[in-house]
Amino acid sequence: MSLTAVLQLRAEIESRFELAPGLRSPERTLLPTGIEAIDRLTAGGIARGQLTEICGPQSSGRTALAISILSEATRRGECCAWVDATGAFDPASAAQMGVDLDRLLWVNCGGNAENALKCCDLLIQAGGFGLVVIDLADTPEADARRISLASWFRLRHAAERAGSALIALSRRVNAQSCSALQIELRRQRTIAKGRLFTALAIEAESRKHFRSRTVEFLAVR
Amino acid sequence: MYACLHAPGNGPLLVECASAFSPHIEQTTPDTVILDARGLEALYGPPPALAREIERRAGVPVSIAIASNPDAAMHAARGIRGVTIIPSGREAEMLAPLPVNLLAGPPEIAELLDLWGIRTFGDFAKLPPLGVAARLGDAGVHLQRLARGEGYRQLRPAEEPLRFEAEMDLDHPVELLEPLSFVLARLLNDLSQRLAAHSLATNELRLRLTLENAPGHAATLKLPVPMLDAHAFLKMLQLDLSSRPPTAAVLKVHLAAEPVKPRRMQRGLFLPAAPEPEKLEMTVARVRHLVGAGNVGTPELNDTHRPDSFSLRGFAPAQPQPNGPNASTAESCHLCLRRFRPPRYSQVLVVNHQPVRVLSPSISGRVVMARGPWRTSGDWWRGDAWNRDEWDVALETGGVFRLFRELDSGRWFIEAAYD
Repeated sequence: MSLTAVLQLRAEIESRFELAPGLRSPERTLLPTGIEAIDRLTAGGIARGQLTEICGPQSSGRTALAISILSEATRRGECCAWVDATGAFDPASAAQMGVDLDRLLWVNCGGNAENALKCCDLLIQAGGFGLVVIDLADTPEADARRISLASWFRLRHAAERAGSALIALSRRVNAQSCSALQIELRRQRTIAKGRLFTALAIEAESRKHFRSRTVEFLAVR
Repeated sequence: MYACLHAPGNGPLLVECASAFSPHIEQTTPDTVILDARGLEALYGPPPALAREIERRAGVPVSIAIASNPDAAMHAARGIRGVTIIPSGREAEMLAPLPVNLLAGPPEIAELLDLWGIRTFGDFAKLPPLGVAARLGDAGVHLQRLARGEGYRQLRPAEEPLRFEAEMDLDHPVELLEPLSFVLARLLNDLSQRLAAHSLATNELRLRLTLENAPGHAATLKLPVPMLDAHAFLKMLQLDLSSRPPTAAVLKVHLAAEPVKPRRMQRGLFLPAAPEPEKLEMTVARVRHLVGAGNVGTPELNDTHRPDSFSLRGFAPAQPQPNGPNASTAESCHLCLRRFRPPRYSQVLVVNHQPVRVLSPSISGRVVMARGPWRTSGDWWRGDAWNRDEWDVALETGGVFRLFRELDSGRWFIEAAYD
């Protein structure tokens, strides 16, 4: 067998099989975000089997970033769940972003953050979901802060066992040391053209990451 | 030993009569029934006594033949009136006078036999087997064996449609869910075992409760995939009953399962992991119990321009394709909406046809950017028509929102936040 054939075979095996942790290439354990700047910021995407927090104030692009990741996951054929504490999810926006809605399970908790946590826990423990998003972005800060670290740790542990990527959307960082990555978003400016509001310029900063720095991207209407 | 009953026009009567003697019966034709008579000597005595007993039970004129194999008994019953007992080893001799058309072979063989001048079983049986094989093939050889009374086969019993139902009358009315769970567990275990014994599963469970001084309670569990897990069924029924409890004490429990073939599937090695359907169904049932049935599912966009129009259906993801499209990265992403359901009523101050201030209990502030209006309307022929002007506004306090003004009522609402 020629060297080229061996290399091709090795690349094929590496791309198809789960290798030992030492041999594992980073692409297998990361889920790309679909936004070039954020992929640069996070060195390839968000980690599977870990909790990632995406936080920021209203209109800072949190939902756009989460749905972009959701779109990438469903495009790969993975099943995903969106646990929506306040029922703010807009299926039309998700479909516009390329999310395969057939692979999405949406849970509307009607404003009950405690139920959202329970549902998230149940879904992760069921296994088989590539991505689970718990959306606390519109939950009052006081309620979000009331979620104990033990609850976050439990979610993180469940995600680790199931190998699912877990994203928490919120206004501020809540999970503290339980999250592997925290992406903080800020709206820089609103862009309009004539009578049309066209885009938001968003600044993203990653915390807890060895390449921690700030990038900017556009969320276009 | 097999007994055959033949009585033209009395099929149902023959089946009933034969069933009284043996559970193994075959209704070969509408007016011919064969029953397995092995072991009946101990009950009814030798074959002539058994034949007399069958004749007595039948109550109508019936031809009865008893032979060592089903086909010999059948041919004798069809060809000889009254009672015929064929001792083992004398089948060929007893069947010899019967007309050859009783063999019911293929038409071309019947035609050939007629051309050769073969009229009876005896004539056909005398032909050399090698010659029959060369000229008539396997079918001819088989027919010749039947003509000699040598054929042997198993009976093909008529199968009744499978029904998987279980019920229990309770000694005392049961008011609580916990004691009812024990009854349900027992019935579900019974149903699951019966389904498993037939290598079947179920995709629908129907529960019917008879209540004390109240109309009955019914619940139907429709499963997306065939399942056979009594524990999972019990948990799902418990969740259903706790979210929609019976209105009175339970007197009787009736459970029915729809039998279907079990799910057999082999997932690809290189496909992304997906939730196990059985486990997923249980999880979704638990989530549904927490948040309500109408709040869980896969969103499906409706074919309309009406804002925020979608419906929810059960989550049943299709099997992923082995070579799905690769990841794509872009420099920007689409902006998404976060909906307020229902839209929040707001007061909006308008100066020079432009909103300048928004006032609502949750969202208020001076407008720093306003773009619009964009007029949309639709479904004017229905009672729930919409007709409105939409604005995109950025507030001083932070946040970019979509507002709309109902043209009919002139009221303002905050529909969503851009995020």
